[in-house]
Amino acid sequence: MTNSGATFINIGERTNVTGSAKFRKLIEADDYTAAVEVARSQVENGAQIIDVNMDEGLLDSEYAMETFLKLIAAEPDISRVPVMIDSSKWSVIEAGLKCVQGKGIVNSISMKEGEEAFLEQAKKVLSYGAAVVIMAFDEVGQADTLDRKFEICERAYKLLTQKIDFPPEDIIFDPNIFPVATGIEEHNSYAVDFIEATRKIKEYLPYAHVSGGVSNLSFSFRGNNLVREAMHSVFLYHAIQAGMDMAIVNAGQLTIYEDIKPELRERVEDVILNRRDDATDRLLETAESYKGQGSKKRLEDLSWREVPVEERLTHALVNGIATFIEEDTEEARAKAERPLHVIEGPLMDGMNVVGDLFGSGKMFLPQVVKSARVMKKSVAYLMPYMDQEKKDLGLEDAPAKGKILLATVKGDVHDIGKNIVGVVLQCNNYEVIDLGVMVPSQKILEVAREEKVDIIGLSGLITPSLDEMCHVAVEMEREGFDLPLLIGGATTSQVHTAVKIDPNYNKGQAIYVVDASRAVGVVSNLLSETGREDVIARVRQDYARVAEGYARGQKAKRRTSITKARENKVDIDWSTYQPPKPSFTGTRVFKEVDLAEIRRYIDWTPFFSTWEMKGQYPRILEDDKYGEAAGSLFKDAQTLLDQIVQEKWLTANGIVGFWPANAVGSDDIEVYTGDDPKERHAMLHSLRQQIARDGARANTALADFIAPKETGLADYIGGFAVTTGLGQEPYLRSFEEAHDDYSKIMLQALSDRLAEAFAEMMHEKVRKELWGYAPDETFSAEDMIAEKYQGIRPAPGYPAQPDHTEKPTLFALLDAEKETGIKLTESYAMWPASSVSGLYFSHPDSHYFGVGKIERDQIEDYAKRKGWDIETCEKWLAPILNYDPRKVETEPA
Amino acid sequence: MIREERISALKHAVENRILVLDGAMGTMIQRHKLDEAAFRGERFKDWKQDLKGNNDLLVLTQPQIIREIHGSFLEVGADIIETNTFNSTSISQADYGLEDYARELNREAARIAREAADAWSEKTPDKPRFVAGAIGPTNRTASLSPDVNNPGFRNISFDELVEACSEQARGLIEGGVDTILIETVFDTLNAKAAGFAVKQVFDELGVELPIMISGTITDLSGRNLSGQTPEAFWYSMRHIKPFSIGMNCAFGAEQLRPAVSDLSEEADTYVTAYPNAGLPNELGEYDETPEEFAPKLEAWARQGLVNMVGGCCGTTPEHIRLLAEAVAKYPPRIIPERKHKMRLSGLEPFVHD
Repeated sequence: MTNSGATFINIGERTNVTGSAKFRKLIEADDYTAAVEVARSQVENGAQIIDVNMDEGLLDSEYAMETFLKLIAAEPDISRVPVMIDSSKWSVIEAGLKCVQGKGIVNSISMKEGEEAFLEQAKKVLSYGAAVVIMAFDEVGQADTLDRKFEICERAYKLLTQKIDFPPEDIIFDPNIFPVATGIEEHNSYAVDFIEATRKIKEYLPYAHVSGGVSNLSFSFRGNNLVREAMHSVFLYHAIQAGMDMAIVNAGQLTIYEDIKPELRERVEDVILNRRDDATDRLLETAESYKGQGSKKRLEDLSWREVPVEERLTHALVNGIATFIEEDTEEARAKAERPLHVIEGPLMDGMNVVGDLFGSGKMFLPQVVKSARVMKKSVAYLMPYMDQEKKDLGLEDAPAKGKILLATVKGDVHDIGKNIVGVVLQCNNYEVIDLGVMVPSQKILEVAREEKVDIIGLSGLITPSLDEMCHVAVEMEREGFDLPLLIGGATTSQVHTAVKIDPNYNKGQAIYVVDASRAVGVVSNLLSETGREDVIARVRQDYARVAEGYARGQKAKRRTSITKARENKVDIDWSTYQPPKPSFTGTRVFKEVDLAEIRRYIDWTPFFSTWEMKGQYPRILEDDKYGEAAGSLFKDAQTLLDQIVQEKWLTANGIVGFWPANAVGSDDIEVYTGDDPKERHAMLHSLRQQIARDGARANTALADFIAPKETGLADYIGGFAVTTGLGQEPYLRSFEEAHDDYSKIMLQALSDRLAEAFAEMMHEKVRKELWGYAPDETFSAEDMIAEKYQGIRPAPGYPAQPDHTEKPTLFALLDAEKETGIKLTESYAMWPASSVSGLYFSHPDSHYFGVGKIERDQIEDYAKRKGWDIETCEKWLAPILNYDPRKVETEPA
Repeated sequence: MIREERISALKHAVENRILVLDGAMGTMIQRHKLDEAAFRGERFKDWKQDLKGNNDLLVLTQPQIIREIHGSFLEVGADIIETNTFNSTSISQADYGLEDYARELNREAARIAREAADAWSEKTPDKPRFVAGAIGPTNRTASLSPDVNNPGFRNISFDELVEACSEQARGLIEGGVDTILIETVFDTLNAKAAGFAVKQVFDELGVELPIMISGTITDLSGRNLSGQTPEAFWYSMRHIKPFSIGMNCAFGAEQLRPAVSDLSEEADTYVTAYPNAGLPNELGEYDETPEEFAPKLEAWARQGLVNMVGGCCGTTPEHIRLLAEAVAKYPPRIIPERKHKMRLSGLEPFVHD
């Protein structure tokens, strides 16, 4: 950017759950204290307005918006700037408007639903007192050409200023920034059309402003940050000259227009301004030479091959290059007195560099795992020599720094995170014994004793695993263990470890490890003579505080009785509703579905988070911190995915079913075999939110989305189970044999993504065709990820129905084990791990939600409905109890 | 005159001279040294709670006193009198268990003020008198937490304020007020809710009255209690298109001057100011004399800062008499032309061309 942008408004974009994974996680975790800090740093770093967005499927967005705005209102150094209330949902915008004393900006409204709805919303914006962003979107669709952009903006402007006297200076148009240089000719004029539309708006629509989201523009150059940044700068340079007022953009990532190399700038300018027919080709040609600057240097610059072998090994490790590892290892071995010295010398030196860089946040997980691959290959090469030497000299094994046993607990099959921890520990010269998945406590303790391990680490992903971890702790106590017990995995937490696991294990210490990057620090402290006592003392102190805080928090949480909650259920007017009828009832099997088709539905954001890289795809590819590593990881993922698809490594099987159903007794869903007679086929149970509400929002249960039996309406429910994990095993094994953890974890992560994508694809098919209630739906992949469609597919064991034991009912209805090959473990995890199952609801008001914590009155009621005793009920629902079952007083006899 | 005529007379008058608002109702009521029985009157003699101190109830139990006080201010030259309804929302009346009487309180207060004003309009037809229906801030804050340990907590919501203020506005309009005065705003979000409510009631009843807004400064930093600067406060309220914006109460004229001056410079509408009679003394009494008070506001008139002036806590008919005489010779402030700029606010203003 240049100085011409002096009046250009810098809008802080980090307090946005759709744009910042970090912020989303904080909000999801209810960590508003840290979320407020994000806002503070935005303002400190010069944001003149902060954009607040809480549009995330699983969030109660209205609640999150209100809560956050109220909290920042209490921080004068944040609330000194205006707020941009950003949501695609009007209800969220309105909730936000009721919480700000200042005059902010609403982002956004449009004529998508017609003039009437548009003016209605604009009037409200006016009566609450805010400026407004208008998307160039009308009944026909989003504006893409200059004429359409201007025509829509002009129409909106006239309506606003003439019909409702909206102040023109409070109108901000967003005439849509679309990607250019996509190879499709019609797209070539998108940027110049935006710029020209801006110019026209500023000229013909007095006092109105122009804004836009810039990163979309360079979408086709994902992974090539230099070119993307140049495109953004050039674009803004021209757009600002044409009158653009503000943009939601990461200002830190803009290069200065004058600083862009003239050749690149010229070619970018050709593209942005659509100055020549071959502009795209010419930019692509130039872009090639700027691509992934770091890796390019490594590939082309082989000068590191000239340095002594020890340095070459370090270089190969740090840069994860396995190409020359065997010849270099051989050279080092030949030079060394003993093969072990190669490991203890150059290899460990190299890994220490890797460890330091990782520890200081300069290397990222995928790079470390790649380094480990190089390390393992080198060690594997040395192994036969070491064995021979041992035989010759009768030597003992050199002791590792420590021995760590890792296992995914009984009933659980998820092990990507555990595998990553294993690799990271091995990189740091710890010996790792990995017992794999579904490991019973007895086996864990047996091996721990036989192998004299120093530390046990447990992993799990589904909620019942939390209980199993408590069980392992109890067993360790009983059998007299005093080893540190590490706890990790997606559903585990410091609170759970402190409150539920730790009290069971007094002889030793349970310690929660937040992610793989922390594992080494924790382990090395625990195994150091001097550090160990300190660490344990600190952890004990922390846990006492956490447990105390938790107990306090428990008291503070307002819950409502189940009876009251039921009175406040989702209010659906069934009298005017005709439930859509599926195209068939019963089940339909889909076998060996084309992976190439499934692949199109992949949501890449969770893929990066598997690798502990936090950020929204595709923005993560241009992230300041992760951009380069993410680009390289993404490229590797695409390469492996190509191979998986072409060579059909994985088998994708799925089943979908629909049955007549009605809600009964307020929280249950009765499923029938046929329309008539209503013969009960199965009973699905749901749990209801008991959070205390102030009236505006309902206390939701899934059963609310199905017509109650007494309405006499023939409603339906659907169910599905899909997997893409079949056939994975042999490939995982062969990667293991090749000491290639990187590819192994990559395959697991991709197969998980494919399973989710498969579920997404089937859901679309269900909406458009199989159930067919939204035959004309046209959503982009991004819209689908944002869950903009009608109907939901909640899974048992997840927030909307946290009870995993509903899965066997669903599986029985579908006959899923037989038809798809997916099995359920004793904790009701699905095997293969890359599987997804759930229910389908079609009602337009159905939405995702979290049941949250529930009270004992609902537990008693639920136990009755499930035919359980209270204890069983409390065991399965342990993670969501709003009370401590051990503290419930028994009635006096 | 019917309401439309009175409103156009008000608009005509304010263009030509500095209008004078009345003084303190509370100070005047205090002089009557009413006891519990007097507050209760006949109607509430068996009421379950103490009612002493509920000044707004007097419109039902001692209407003659209120009528008399209005008269005393009209007599000394006040153009606009305020209804005795500072605390007549269901929210504030709940302190006395009288939340169900809110609408009646407002209607009666407006009716009494109307009668008093009309009587003087007849006496001085060239100087018609007007009634401003006062909507106070309530004793709660929509953008501040009363609990320092729980900053996200609120003891009142926007919707609750809208409901209470709507009821108040309906009562005031039924009783015949000429303008609505949202006053002593210490939390801007409360005032936004009040403005929202009033506009809604206008739509509902098919009327449109001028809306007057008056904020207050609660400390020496020059900001209101919820932390906004006067300019930010103005941008937050501007969408209501108020007939006037201004400042009242606070620590007397000196402390209020910078805020009035900021508004005067920025606001493209009429500006009001009605400060307290200085700072309260150790006994909680305001002892700035009329002779000290009037010249301070006269200076503002001379400098062209104001369109309407009056007095808040501690100001008596004598204060208003001297004030009316002092400002009569000055032309009213000229509303500045403001350019079309996007004017946003947090606690501080943000302006973009």
